[in-house]
Amino acid sequence: MVHQYQLNGYNIVLDTCSGSVHVVDEVAYDVIAMYPEHTADEIVAAMLAKYGSRPDVTEEDLRQCIDDVTSLKENGKLWSPDVYKDMAFDFKNRNTVVKALCLHVAHSCNLSCSYCFASQGRYHGDRALMSFEVGKRAMDFLIENSGTRRNLEVDFFGGEPLMNFDMVKKLVAYCREQEKIHNKNFRFTMTTNGVLIDDDVIDFCNKECHNVVLSLDGRKEVNDRFRVDCAGNGSYDRIVPKFQEFVKKRGDKNYYMRGTYTHFNTDFTNDIFHMADLGFTELSMEPVVCDPSDPSALTEADLPILKEQYEILAKEMIKRDREGRGFTFYHYMIDLTGGPCIYKRISGCGSGTEYMAVTPWGDLYPCHQFVGDPKYLLGDIWKGVTNTAVRDEFKHCNAYARKECQDCWAKLYCSGGCAANSYHATGSITGVYEYGCELFKKRMECAIMIKVAENQELAAKGIEVPIELGSTCNACADGEACE
Amino acid sequence: MERIKTIATRDLTKSVKTGGCGECQTSCQSACKTSCGVANQQCENSNK
Repeated sequence: MVHQYQLNGYNIVLDTCSGSVHVVDEVAYDVIAMYPEHTADEIVAAMLAKYGSRPDVTEEDLRQCIDDVTSLKENGKLWSPDVYKDMAFDFKNRNTVVKALCLHVAHSCNLSCSYCFASQGRYHGDRALMSFEVGKRAMDFLIENSGTRRNLEVDFFGGEPLMNFDMVKKLVAYCREQEKIHNKNFRFTMTTNGVLIDDDVIDFCNKECHNVVLSLDGRKEVNDRFRVDCAGNGSYDRIVPKFQEFVKKRGDKNYYMRGTYTHFNTDFTNDIFHMADLGFTELSMEPVVCDPSDPSALTEADLPILKEQYEILAKEMIKRDREGRGFTFYHYMIDLTGGPCIYKRISGCGSGTEYMAVTPWGDLYPCHQFVGDPKYLLGDIWKGVTNTAVRDEFKHCNAYARKECQDCWAKLYCSGGCAANSYHATGSITGVYEYGCELFKKRMECAIMIKVAENQELAAKGIEVPIELGSTCNACADGEACE
Repeated sequence: MERIKTIATRDLTKSVKTGGCGECQTSCQSACKTSCGVANQQCENSNK
């Protein structure tokens, strides 16, 4: 399967199954579009009719271009066959290990954001804090079920996890003991709204947390529309200085400023740029997840505006990067040479199998977005997964689980999408949340375009990064062509 | 190839043989929490 698109002056051709990315001129772009359905003579005639007045477009040149396309096809770089769907990937019966837990250490929050998918941190239930005993058992459950997997990920999540900070500190100390005994490497992430950040929190997180996720929606008026305390006071003025101090002291360790955009700020790029202007460089901005009847829900009329916003963002990122004030946008992070293997791309996020959420009282759910929905209660941290029917449903949820995805060029970038989004939009975890698909595809086009632009700029400086078929790069000592 | 430049990418078909170690992060962990994308995940296979 081949996907062609034009963006920011680039003609880009993607080959889905090999993962190949080609940047072509407009003549080759048209040749590739005609190639599957037309003979070489037909293509030459059509191209001469369209481009014949150009001195660089001759019949000989066009036939060379067609030969190049044929060569790419024969070498599995264009229209490469979808060999994965017929492979013996038995996802339903595969053995999986648990490698990550979203630990809901606090079902309580000191902010009261009306758009919160977690219902102001309570997940439609009672307020609760996780005890150390529950947390400790959750970590033992993770170690026991992680097989030979060394890297274990734990997210301190809520609600607001810093409302249970003392327990978190005690639990991390416990994990540091256990990882030595079991040859594991715990990687912690703290997701916080910032209200309780102080020097103690900063020092602890910068020592112990592999990543921190700091919630800010951007401009003051945007942030304070939803991110308010129980008295209705906006949080911006309280949290921004703390976030700036936190990030300053964090050095080169991972963090993300993470915002949510809604129907009320469809010009969300201005919020991203605002965060960048505040000095933050690692940025994420997510579409709101809420009931379609909620006033903050994104509408069909918003969709073209949002797509345009993603293009504006991509172009501005290229510009700022050139100016030496670049920033990272989570959804535009794509490593074309070091990214995920085909198994990861097919199997997806791992919710319900490799990744689960643990409530303050020790119940297991497929992920944080299913917490509180009794249909999706998987079991608990003492007895393990007892609802094997739901677990198997999630095991089967992959890039090939939905017939609508079969002909989608982006399926190996999204793995079939978010099960929770699908469930909330369609009532089934194997349904298709089309709105999310539209946004995702636009983000991928932009992400790849940025890589193409980087590549072309390096090439223009004489740094020859594009590799042509059969050539080799210098990355491997043995001179093998890249995998 | 005058008119076509191929950007260096990981060949997914070859990763059938070298991939699948499972040491990578689960996809939702870093910063999204409300959507899914695997493209931005880092491969952590030290033997690939």
